[in-house]
Amino acid sequence: MKSQQRTLLFCGRKIFMIQEETISAISTAVGESAIGIVRMSGERAIEIADEIFEDINGKKLSKIENRKIVYGKIFDSKKNVIDEVLTFIMRAPNSYTREDVIEFQCHGSAAALEKILTRTLECGARLAERGEFTKRAFLNGRLNLSQAEAVLDIIQAKTTEALKIAEEKLSGKMTDEIYKVKQQILNVISHIEAVIDFPEDDIDEITINEINKSIDLIVNEIDELLKTEAKGKILREGIETVIIGKPNVGKSSLLNFLSKREKSIVTEIPGTTRDAIEEYVNFNGILLKIVDTAGIHKSEDKIEQIGIERSKNFANKAALILALFDGSRKFDEEDEEILKFIDGKNAIILMTKSDLPTEIEKNKLQKFNPTKISVKNGTGINELYKNILKKINNLSNELNFIKSARELEILKRVKNHVTDAKKALELNIETDLISIDLRSALQALDELTGESVSDEIVNEIFSKFCVGK
Amino acid sequence: MFKAGKYDVIVIGAGHAGIEAALASARIGCKTLMTTLSLENIAMMPCNPSIGGPAKGHLVREVDALGGQMGITADETCIQFRMLNTSKGAAVRALRAQADKKIYQVAMKEVCENTNNLDIKQVLIERVVVENEKVIGVEAETGEFFEGKTVILASGTYLNGKIIIGETTYKGGPNGQRAAINLSDSLKELGVKFMRFKTGTPARVDARTLDFSKMELQAGDENIQSFSFMTDTPVKNKTFCYLTYTNEKTHEILRKNLHRAPMANGIIEGTGPRYCPSIESKIIMFPNKERHQLFLEPEGLHTQEFYVQGMSTSMPMDVQIEFLHTIPGLENVKIMRPGYAIEYDCIDPLQLKSTLEFKGITGFFSAGQSNGSSGYEEAAAQGLIAGINAAMFVKNEEPLILKRTEGYIGVLIDDLVTKGTQEPYRMMTSRAEYRLLLRQDNADIRLTPHGRRVGLVSDERWNRLQIKKAEIKSATDRLNEIILTPNRETNEKLNSIGISEINSVMPLSDLLRRTEISYEKLQKYFDLPKISDTARYQVNTNFFYEGYIKKQSELAMKIEKLESRLIPEGIPYKEILNLRSEAREKLSKIQPRSIGQASRISGVSPADISVLIVWIEHQNRIKNQNDFESCN
Repeated sequence: MKSQQRTLLFCGRKIFMIQEETISAISTAVGESAIGIVRMSGERAIEIADEIFEDINGKKLSKIENRKIVYGKIFDSKKNVIDEVLTFIMRAPNSYTREDVIEFQCHGSAAALEKILTRTLECGARLAERGEFTKRAFLNGRLNLSQAEAVLDIIQAKTTEALKIAEEKLSGKMTDEIYKVKQQILNVISHIEAVIDFPEDDIDEITINEINKSIDLIVNEIDELLKTEAKGKILREGIETVIIGKPNVGKSSLLNFLSKREKSIVTEIPGTTRDAIEEYVNFNGILLKIVDTAGIHKSEDKIEQIGIERSKNFANKAALILALFDGSRKFDEEDEEILKFIDGKNAIILMTKSDLPTEIEKNKLQKFNPTKISVKNGTGINELYKNILKKINNLSNELNFIKSARELEILKRVKNHVTDAKKALELNIETDLISIDLRSALQALDELTGESVSDEIVNEIFSKFCVGK
Repeated sequence: MFKAGKYDVIVIGAGHAGIEAALASARIGCKTLMTTLSLENIAMMPCNPSIGGPAKGHLVREVDALGGQMGITADETCIQFRMLNTSKGAAVRALRAQADKKIYQVAMKEVCENTNNLDIKQVLIERVVVENEKVIGVEAETGEFFEGKTVILASGTYLNGKIIIGETTYKGGPNGQRAAINLSDSLKELGVKFMRFKTGTPARVDARTLDFSKMELQAGDENIQSFSFMTDTPVKNKTFCYLTYTNEKTHEILRKNLHRAPMANGIIEGTGPRYCPSIESKIIMFPNKERHQLFLEPEGLHTQEFYVQGMSTSMPMDVQIEFLHTIPGLENVKIMRPGYAIEYDCIDPLQLKSTLEFKGITGFFSAGQSNGSSGYEEAAAQGLIAGINAAMFVKNEEPLILKRTEGYIGVLIDDLVTKGTQEPYRMMTSRAEYRLLLRQDNADIRLTPHGRRVGLVSDERWNRLQIKKAEIKSATDRLNEIILTPNRETNEKLNSIGISEINSVMPLSDLLRRTEISYEKLQKYFDLPKISDTARYQVNTNFFYEGYIKKQSELAMKIEKLESRLIPEGIPYKEILNLRSEAREKLSKIQPRSIGQASRISGVSPADISVLIVWIEHQNRIKNQNDFESCN
């Protein structure tokens, strides 16, 4: 299957299958499942997987039998572990797309999934378009005729979604920043090209020094944008938040109040919420990924104990902790333990059930300036919102960040091309070659904005330079 | 109706497009008729007296590589040659030459008159005759009917032409010619859609009234190259050009009279080219520019007429004279011909296939300025392709469609028929995505095989290419065979020829990546085959730019994959509801021939392309299933 073209016999007629680029995508929806899958399809899928994944026995995937599942770890470019995964290997043509397919089954945290996806892109895969796996399956003869309609519908869905995204982008601040980068690249190219296309016109030559300066500016600008990646990701995927407190303090009630959905079970019997529940909550525009944990208390119940350990684990990793104390009950040993536990962590102290008479000793929580809330009558919710905002202030006051893995991938590519141009400049290479790299950068940006490179350059030349006979 | 003749190919027009079209089809062996309003005007250059330049010079080389005429005649008759962009890399180096307009015309006419299968007639064609959506011939003003299997429209700026000089306007073609008024109407009746474009030209002045001592002398190159791969006699510089500048006084006069400019007073409606702005537009668009340059170029060796390049204008005569007199060296200048603007009808090129045949009219082709392009070279390139494809049509052979990755001609035609144009289209190197692959020096390697296939390349041209390729191969192989080891002996040898030391084992070819090293230099000290200058140039270039060439080739290959996915004709785009409505409309208008072309149409998204691919495959399967059932 190494050859560029494979042949299939179809009723005595040859159908040529064209080898396409290797594509990659997260194939499970964010926040909707317990495990997540990153899938790759194409000629280089196994090769890329071997670059980022290590089997527990150190065996290369290329040496592993078809349709086997192996356990191992995925590493980032600095050899740090991203996640433990199960890797499923399916060789062409015995796969959904009839190409080589690799599936990484991971723990499902959106962050890990996105990291793994980004790794595959770094190693040469291309982000799949919506429905592209299915499209390939169909084009490679995997699906029957009646399924074709469905394929068209899937792709069609992409169109409307893309339109929505386009609209969002147009109003978004990020787009302005990207346009700024793009304009700077265009400025350099159009100057180089104007001199080339109109050598006898009265245009000042662009100097190597000028190009160098502009490229440095462009790289800086892109680096600034890339820095916003982490910020964007947090806001995009939700701020990992944990609600902790002793049993029946009102954790699930608070979560339900915020999400306005009955996802976790809320009961009066202590210990009902044994497992952690993840919930995405859009709190006045801030996306919180709230983990509702089992109530922290001393328990003999084995299952419940596991739950408690897990809540502490979650709380240790969380970006934000909402620590709940029952205002209608006396401060007790368990509350004490929680206070100790959250010491030094990014926590907001909440005193719940403010609609009931206060029983909790005032001096116990006073120094933490607790927010009194009641989900029954809604008191204190605004204050809670303000407190959350304060905690994540640095993250969200500036909504200028990279919005998607696609933007990230493209910006990285742009940076690579621009850096290539800079390297070429250092080698004292002719300016028209510099513009080859800059053009590639522009081409990548145009994948985001959907314009045509040549038209843009030509328009720019005519608007900026007085050329022509 | 008087039937005056029966032809395989009839070409309307004998400008740069018409000549190449007619010569190509006649040379391929088709009985060809070329018509012109005036036999004096074959190959006329109504605008600047020069051929080539960036991208345009590339086009001339490509026309030549395919077996066209422009390069050969330019080499024979041009009077000054310069290689432009020499310091800017192999891709954009471009030859430009000053033409002797009259001698060029005489030479071209002579070539046409001595070509077998080619009839030339002075006649005004008024009607293209179409029956059942198929062209059957043309009708002349004087009543003759010429029967033709194919017709090529190459009517330049003559269609419904209107001349504008200040407040004066009249119907006419360029340079005092008649306009073709009725032809335009007859085409409209056939459903052909037109656009209205405008272009202009500066005044011609009397050399005896120019003071060249106040201008900068512009000489030709010392070591000059030729356009044609077939030219052996070295071309010669026989004249000079001169450079001078406008000043604040010039601009003052123009500004004062702007209200009298036809652009301002509404006489001109057509869209003019941005790359050829009139001097009045320049001072409006770039008010801070203190001076604009103008070149004075001779129109030929046997005339005092000089072309004032850069001063294209349609101002009234008194203003033209007044502002010219403010320019150093032109204080006493006398105008021999005024500058003027011309407005003309041209077809919307989106109506054409990549073969340059009209989509709805079988056998009817169109080429050149009447397709919305501008420039002699752009016209010649299209003419050649239209001529070849008309001949291929007659012979029922595969048409010639050049890809964007194969040549500037491919870029030019693809741009016109896929994106259309909003202004007279000029070729620029910035329009070519893979220009390092499309160098003027390798046009023969890229395109001569195509020319050979269609029957335009003579044995002699073909043999030259084979020799050149063999030379390149032997030199390349040898360079890769010789392995240098970094020892004292090697480094001493390298030092002695001024090459810095090497630190690792490498083939000799690696040295060619360094700027200071060339094949010629290595040849002196290593046993390398003796090869021609042109082959040597290829070897040097291929190794020096190897990294970039590889980069571009990879991109090009990606694109070619999409180009090779052909779309069957007659797809009912309007019925594919999964396409967005804009895509449905654009696709059914343009009827792209490949997925690659479809993806370049503005307003067609990647998702639309996916839908299209799946839809086509869906149809194939249904068809195959039916075939399968019927063969059982």
